[in-house]
Amino acid sequence: MTNSEVLIEAKQLIKRYGDFTAVAGIDFQVRKGESFGFLGPNGAGKSTTMRIIAATLTRSGGEITILGKDPEKFGPEIKAHLGVVPQMDNLDNALTVEENLYIYGRYFGLSKAFIRPKIEELLDFAQLVEKRSVKVEALSGGMKRRLTIARALVSEPEILMLDEPTTGLDPQARHILWDRLFRLKEQGVTLLITTHYMDEAEQLCDRLMVMDKGSIMAEDSPAGLIKSYSTKEVLEVRFGSDRNAVVAPQLKELCERIEVLPDRILMYADDGEELLHQLNQKGLHPLTSLVRRSSLEDVFLRLTGRTLID
Amino acid sequence: MILDNAVAIAQSRRGHFAEGSYAGRAHVLMERSLMAFKNSAWLAVLSGFFEPVLYLLSFGYGLGHLIGKIPLQNGHVVTYAAYIAPGLLATSAMNGAIYDSTWNVFWKLKFDRIYQGMLQTSLGSVDVALGEIGWALLRGFAYAIGFMCVVVPAGLITNWWAIMAIPAAVLIAFGFASIGMAITSCFTTFQQMDFINVAMLPMFLFSGSFYPLTVYPGYLQGILKALPLWQAIEMVRDFTLGIVTWGILWHVLYFVVMVIFGVTATAKRLTKLFLR
Amino acid sequence: MAPRQGSLKLVNTERIKSRGAFAVVEARVMIFMKYLPALLSVAVANPFLYLLAVGVGVGKLINAHSGGVDGVKYLTFLAPALLATAAIQNALDEVVFPTLEGFKWNKSFFAINATPISGKQIANGVLLAAMTRVLFSVTVYGTIIYLFHGFTTARGWLAIPTALAAGAAFGAFIMGLAAWTKNDDTFLMVLNRFVIMPLFLFSGTFYQLSSMPIYLRWVGWLSPLWHSTELGRYLTYGHQISPWMFVFHISYIVAMFAFGMRFAHRQFEARLSR
Ligand SMILES: Nc1ncnc2c1ncn2[C@@H]1O[C@H](COP(=O)(O)OP(=O)(O)OP(=O)(O)O)[C@@H](O)[C@H]1O
Ligand SMILES: [Mg+2]
Repeated sequence: MTNSEVLIEAKQLIKRYGDFTAVAGIDFQVRKGESFGFLGPNGAGKSTTMRIIAATLTRSGGEITILGKDPEKFGPEIKAHLGVVPQMDNLDNALTVEENLYIYGRYFGLSKAFIRPKIEELLDFAQLVEKRSVKVEALSGGMKRRLTIARALVSEPEILMLDEPTTGLDPQARHILWDRLFRLKEQGVTLLITTHYMDEAEQLCDRLMVMDKGSIMAEDSPAGLIKSYSTKEVLEVRFGSDRNAVVAPQLKELCERIEVLPDRILMYADDGEELLHQLNQKGLHPLTSLVRRSSLEDVFLRLTGRTLID
Repeated sequence: MILDNAVAIAQSRRGHFAEGSYAGRAHVLMERSLMAFKNSAWLAVLSGFFEPVLYLLSFGYGLGHLIGKIPLQNGHVVTYAAYIAPGLLATSAMNGAIYDSTWNVFWKLKFDRIYQGMLQTSLGSVDVALGEIGWALLRGFAYAIGFMCVVVPAGLITNWWAIMAIPAAVLIAFGFASIGMAITSCFTTFQQMDFINVAMLPMFLFSGSFYPLTVYPGYLQGILKALPLWQAIEMVRDFTLGIVTWGILWHVLYFVVMVIFGVTATAKRLTKLFLR
Repeated sequence: MAPRQGSLKLVNTERIKSRGAFAVVEARVMIFMKYLPALLSVAVANPFLYLLAVGVGVGKLINAHSGGVDGVKYLTFLAPALLATAAIQNALDEVVFPTLEGFKWNKSFFAINATPISGKQIANGVLLAAMTRVLFSVTVYGTIIYLFHGFTTARGWLAIPTALAAGAAFGAFIMGLAAWTKNDDTFLMVLNRFVIMPLFLFSGTFYQLSSMPIYLRWVGWLSPLWHSTELGRYLTYGHQISPWMFVFHISYIVAMFAFGMRFAHRQFEARLSR
């Protein structure tokens, strides 16, 4: 996969809103057929970056090419290959479910003959067959989300961009979407995803880019990130909301790294059981304890959480 | 691939007008407007037709009794209803165009985010602008015809030149719609948009739809004559009352300049308008 | 952090029952204080421009041709009607938009209703807040009319409360409709073009209702604007109305207010629990 064609390439990409810098000079590449994820806390600049790639926001500096073209010069040509699911739904409230899919296809210049059967397929995928003639205003939040996703597929795009696609979806709809995305990936579609769900990122993405305050903190495969930024196991302990902070200094000496969260303390070590044993020997008896494997969540905390600030 | 079509269209436009922001498919926006129109907007559109008719009925009939006939510059006298009818046509063309190009655009941009949806596709910002202006013109055209269907049977029109009031109304709508878009592209908040209403009211009241400017002192007349609505009303009035001279061309020129200026300014600011 | 007291201690349910509407008024006033400069300038500019354009402009033609209307100069005749129009228009603006916003655009009424404040209290609060703004605008309007010599006697000032009453009556009723509608765009359009505009044009605002053909006069009879205008004309320049009609005009407005409030209360409660 590494030698395949580069579809998206950003160099020192910058976006400012007035005096505020939302994206502070980032570099990245996305290759054909890859599934690329953006992770980062609220306000990191993920959606901003996505919108620049989607040619719906102009950059303030740096270079970016999508399919080898500059979005500012070749907007329509680039967008012809993109399917975009923005963070906030922007369905056409004046139209029905079906009409939304139809007119969106027309925006791409697709023929009616192509769109008609496509609508059926997408209604089915979005589980909105019964709602086809309903105005989108009358849909529930999750239904709107599903329709927005279905709409992005109407033109069978080469690159599918999903900004927090599963926010608001029920578990079933989420799994249907994941399944669909897997299949699209198998067919060679390139996926760009932002999400706050670590399981989703782990499941769907070949490569992740962790952003914070407009900059890139790390970039690797999910497994690679865990390996570089966390230990094998994590011990989670609770001492009650008043005592957590008090015992923290003592815990710090027992392991590589700790993370004090408002409700619990995470202790990083390669052997969690062993650590718990040591804890008990020292007479520090947590109210609850849990040993688990490290996950992306831990990487995220490490890269964007408090440890970086102090 | 399915997308060959979209790409082919986009590529065929390379090197043409507004490449990069125009995909040559503004007409699909009109298709969208038509769909929205069928769903519910028809009532709104229809109601726009009633506005001038109700004004005509109320003012023409009720005030007509009190005012009597109005003398024109060429020495003829006309009934009050015949005097205000062209003013109402021009005013409704203006109102419709301004509403469509300012509040309506602003609303779709800020709240419904419909344009964001369109711009995710292979449409460019010029497509969106042209499509919306196109729809506004179509509406202006329909209103003008509708209004004529009322005033002709009412006996307020007596000459064939009046038919020219229809294209005149479309030109007026074009002028105001393109300026309206240009203004909207500069505004970002609701409070700023309110300035539009603030500016429209005095123009509506003082541009001579309801009485000749001669009630004012000379210097004030000069200022009022520079306003686009006065130009619009005079142009339509000259046609409906059949006072056709070469002088009409000045009004036409005024609006052609307005269109050119508005479209150019809008095109310049489109990125600001749609891609901010 | 202060020790937790708990809502049982903090929230006084009895007090909310009696004064909850004022919290809504406070919220509304907080919002429109942000637009104070705009409100001020509209409140002054609107009457000024209308009086100048229609009162003076059209007035010149009418005074020249018919020597005025109803025995007085056209501006004197028109002023009380414009006053009542302003009261109604302002009241509608200030109830319709907050109501649509509260139920539909940002759903803030549902948030308020999640506190102990009831639907009725929200309705009362919205109307009360609206009327404070209307009172302000109408007073400014009245003063400008006075400066234009629209009326000369002290009795003329009484046209302000009659205009205000019409605003409250119609405002209450329309507020109920705004709470009832599901389709905000269409509602606004219908309200503006099929309700407000015909009322404005056919309520004897610009000329006596009696000069309309009989088959159009019913609009005026139904219209709170006409009733308020008749009272206003009586008060400002002594327009002739019989004592019976005087009582009838007042009763019509009061009845509309009573009915409007009940209707609004029902719609608010229904919408909040739908
Ligand atoms: N239109 C705008 N005007 C001004 N500032 C903006 C605008 N859009 C975004 N920002 C700012 O840019 C920064 C990045 O925003 P962005 O939406 O890209 O964040 P994000 O990473 O997608 O966050 P989230 O996880 O909350 O969606 C934020 O600080 C935000 O306040
Ligand atoms: Mg985001």
